[in-house]
Amino acid sequence: MSKTFPMGGIHPPDTKISAAAPITPLAIPAEVVIPLGQHIGAPAEAIVKAGDKVKAGQLIAETAGFISANIHSSVSGTVKKIDDVADPCGYSKKAVYITVEGDEWAEGIDRSSTLKKEITLDREAIVEKIKAGGIVGMGGASFPTNVKYMIPEGKTADTLVINGVECEPYLTADHRLMLEYADEMLVGVEILRVALGVEKAVIGIEENKPDAIKLLTEKSAEYAGITVESLHMQYPQGAEKQLIKACTGREVPSGKLPIEVGCAVNNVGTAYAVYQMVQKNQPLVERVVTVTGKQVSKPSNFLVRIGTSYAACIEAAGGLPEDTGKVISGGPMMGMAVADLSIPVAKGTSGILMLPKAESVRPEVEHCIRCGACVSVCPMGLEPYLLEKFARADKWDQAEQRAATDCMECGCCSYACPSGRPLLDYIRIAKGEINNRRRARASQ
Amino acid sequence: MWAVSIALIPAFVASVTFFGPRALAVLAVGVLSCVLTEAFIQAFMLKKPVSVSDGSAVVTGLLLAFNIPVSIPLWMVAVGGFVAIGIGKMAFGGIGNNPFNPALVGRAFMTTSFAAPMTNWRLPLVFDGSTGATPLGIIENAASTGMSAIQSELPGYFDMFIGNIGGSLGETSALAILLGGIFLIARGLIDWRTPVFFLGSLAAFTGIFWGIAPESYADPLFHVLAGGAMLGAWFMATDMTTSPMSRNGRIVFAVGAGLLTGVIRLFGAFPGGVSYAILIMNALVPAIDSHIRPKRFAQGALHEKA
Repeated sequence: MSKTFPMGGIHPPDTKISAAAPITPLAIPAEVVIPLGQHIGAPAEAIVKAGDKVKAGQLIAETAGFISANIHSSVSGTVKKIDDVADPCGYSKKAVYITVEGDEWAEGIDRSSTLKKEITLDREAIVEKIKAGGIVGMGGASFPTNVKYMIPEGKTADTLVINGVECEPYLTADHRLMLEYADEMLVGVEILRVALGVEKAVIGIEENKPDAIKLLTEKSAEYAGITVESLHMQYPQGAEKQLIKACTGREVPSGKLPIEVGCAVNNVGTAYAVYQMVQKNQPLVERVVTVTGKQVSKPSNFLVRIGTSYAACIEAAGGLPEDTGKVISGGPMMGMAVADLSIPVAKGTSGILMLPKAESVRPEVEHCIRCGACVSVCPMGLEPYLLEKFARADKWDQAEQRAATDCMECGCCSYACPSGRPLLDYIRIAKGEINNRRRARASQ
Repeated sequence: MWAVSIALIPAFVASVTFFGPRALAVLAVGVLSCVLTEAFIQAFMLKKPVSVSDGSAVVTGLLLAFNIPVSIPLWMVAVGGFVAIGIGKMAFGGIGNNPFNPALVGRAFMTTSFAAPMTNWRLPLVFDGSTGATPLGIIENAASTGMSAIQSELPGYFDMFIGNIGGSLGETSALAILLGGIFLIARGLIDWRTPVFFLGSLAAFTGIFWGIAPESYADPLFHVLAGGAMLGAWFMATDMTTSPMSRNGRIVFAVGAGLLTGVIRLFGAFPGGVSYAILIMNALVPAIDSHIRPKRFAQGALHEKA
């Protein structure tokens, strides 16, 4: 019997309509807009100015603080300006606008497809290189990867968990990457295993991707430390704590990081990016983006230069269907609707999903009938109905007592609610308020 | 809520089969009085959109009618329906806000207001539909007379299972209730734990007494099949609004209702105790919800810290 996490979870239709579409490089646009804050933590500081000539892979903004990440140019050309651009949430962020000229790469970057297996660097050098390459978690949260590998004193890791679950409906970027770049990805996993200083690495993949499970099981045979774990399909298995539980049986306590139970988790896309940087000197300047939707004429998986507009990706997939009600950045469960298609693809953009109008409307909100569905689907064992009540009544202390901050915003509660109540929206408000109050307490 | 009405169809068919066309009239008045009361209050008193199309008032009407004898005057059914919806549900703010099961509120009101007609039990049509005691009524004084003295009056288990016994309209056929209950579980609309722990704890409680003194007490299978235990366990203790939110909470609720049913049946003034047992547990739901919380992720680590 295949493994999974034991409590809560839902089974939305997976709708992986782009699963058979091979990864194709998207044409380099005439202009890219590269945001300086594409990661969790402080935005990077620009080191180029308008008029500067840059090459693809060249550093254009440096880390600003412990949790931050370098930003590199994804194209060659001239810096047009440094100006604001909207992120998927609609907030303005500083970005470097570059007018594209040709496709010239910075010196030392190996763009060939030759597989380089031999790992020559040691732990410290690998982590340093990951930091230099501006690599962040590619699964969605965009947490700077090098920080995960700086293990706090007193903690030890023994297992690296690699996330090939891709439990979000529609998204297929990780699936295609595992199929088409299995060798590179496995070297990347091996590099991360060395960087973490552990013997074991487990790649967790859900059963709806049997081809990836088969291929990686075969190919990982030559790596002593790497095993593939076939996981029973269940959302949100790609969530860090749920994945660790499914793959190792360990439970990361409330408010703690995976290292508490000796684990570090990285996405397959991150492993691939690590390979590119450590073995081929190529920083994180491109990523696989699934561009999909039920009415999209060519659901695709594109290899996209960071900074390319959403509009260009959508155009290449056959254009925006007339009946589109919402364009989602990411998957339908955790992604967010974007208001502007000129915004750029960033390091964390896993997909662009176009939902038809009929699927874009929120259901009418009805009375809570106390059915308990939200409680039984919550993978963290919370009481969403109660957290909603507390948030509506500004009862932040009670919301904190009932562990609102354990919520990782998977959205199972809102999905399961038969009365169409926006449970997660209220829990987010409660989380924000609780965190503000904690910060205020800490600064007193 | 319409799915619950569908699940009640077998019991509906059984009640009409065993108690005849008058059962239809009682059911119709039960449903109509509940639906009209809700519509009237929403339209004219609250001046809000009428929401009877959600089907929940229909379920209340059906369950109320299932809980009363076929011989009851129809105007009393209408009063019961009015109380069930008006006081049991709408007075608290309508769907989702009522602490007590509305059908049971209506029944409790009728039991105290119309004591004689509410206990004027009829036997099924195959026995001419004449007046007769229910199985629980027959054993009420078993502790003093001894079980062997009344054994000949008791129906067989097969008759109790299919519902060929005296009692309220919809409570007699365990088979029909079971069919509907399995449908609800298959549709994911009720938690199997509620009926299983309800009937299990009733059987365990009555089983202890039967084990000690079989001459004075009926056996656990009898108690599970008799009276309103099946209907209560499958259709009333499982009411979403008036039962706890967490799985563990629902287990506590069901065990409490099962034990209280046993206590009332064996030691109380009434032969049957299901409806009062459920109403008492309904009152405890807020306390259960605040003390019996769902199991958190990494619960073990939480305890270590504390």
